[in-house]
Amino acid sequence: MNTLKVSVVTPDGPVYEGEAELVSVKAKSGELGILPGHIPLVAPLTINAVRFKNGADTHLLAVSGGFVEVRPKQVTILAESAELPSDIDVERARAAKERAEQRLDQAKQDNVDFKRAELALKRAINRLDLAGK
Amino acid sequence: MASLRDIKSRITSTKKTKQITKAMQMVSAAKLNRAEMNAKSFVPYMEKIQEVVGSIANGSSGGSHPMLESREVKKTGYVVITSDRGLAGAYNSSVLRHVYRTINERHNSTDEYAIIVAGKVGLSFFKKRGMPVVESIVGLSDQPAFADIKDIASRTVGMFEDGAFDELYLYYNHYVSAIQQDLTERKLLPLTDIETGGGKSLASYEYEPSEEEILETLLPQYAESLIYGALLDAKAAEHASRMTAMRSATDNADDLIGDLTLSYNRARQASITQELTEIVSGAAALE
Repeated sequence: MNTLKVSVVTPDGPVYEGEAELVSVKAKSGELGILPGHIPLVAPLTINAVRFKNGADTHLLAVSGGFVEVRPKQVTILAESAELPSDIDVERARAAKERAEQRLDQAKQDNVDFKRAELALKRAINRLDLAGK
Repeated sequence: MASLRDIKSRITSTKKTKQITKAMQMVSAAKLNRAEMNAKSFVPYMEKIQEVVGSIANGSSGGSHPMLESREVKKTGYVVITSDRGLAGAYNSSVLRHVYRTINERHNSTDEYAIIVAGKVGLSFFKKRGMPVVESIVGLSDQPAFADIKDIASRTVGMFEDGAFDELYLYYNHYVSAIQQDLTERKLLPLTDIETGGGKSLASYEYEPSEEEILETLLPQYAESLIYGALLDAKAAEHASRMTAMRSATDNADDLIGDLTLSYNRARQASITQELTEIVSGAAALE
């Protein structure tokens, strides 16, 4: 079976390198499943989990703020942050979630703070989801 | 000539100073190693993002974005990276002096520019001179994570997008080696000269959903990562500069201790000789 070379890089260094038969990401325009031999593509990602499937193994990664670059034999994810489920700090994510929720209650809809809190909430929920799996 | 006791106390105090500078030198050496590693682990990200930005910006379809276009300059932003602590040789002064001179040459009033500064030394320098500092970060750790500076970097890039300023310059010390750090001036925004990674043939991409929307997320991320990269580079340069400064301080202390020990011994010998002469002449007087 053909595989794709997968690498996830963040400003703090590479997070994940490996092979995968299928890469599944959630782009802004919708879910995207990438198989070997895909045409070159660039797409921004939402704050969500990324799945790498290789045989029976499935790896999950919490990714926020980034985009995916696809080439026929290679997939690169450039993200502002990316974590393996084992690296997620559950306590911190939970605290961030509460903080974000409080701020959402107080702030007005069109406020910049509101948007930031919303993003923070999404990140926290994404992390908690993955860590729970 | 100074008394024996004076010289002795100077020797002890110099020795103590030497211990401190030596310790600081070793701490900086260790930190430099870590900072170098951080800067290295950032390289793959930077290369990749540069490749993608380059291929889009130079693509035939020519996607446009405000961050790629030069506009009339009414206000200029300066990002200046300094350290929180001193004792780093010429590290801070060389950057600050250069920025100060440049600003004075280019601008007549404080309305024409705004400063974003990292580090206490730079912050107090600009405040003291009454220059407008719009954003600052102090107390940054020696190994800054991207999350630590994400906020200020995105606010800075946001100010450009909102039109708060029309161009953005970056000043920092570039780390070349443990003994060399070069002052670097870089035009950050608008992104007019994007390196495309050595001009190798670039894949032409499909864009999902559209080129404009990709640029929308990609360019701010690129600009932020440029700031972060500069910060990592500057941190490495700071530790290198402090290490060198402390090494020469330690060497100087060694020289000073050598000189002082020599004059101490001379003074001791002189006093012994004098005592002997007194005894001998006293004995001779009795005969």
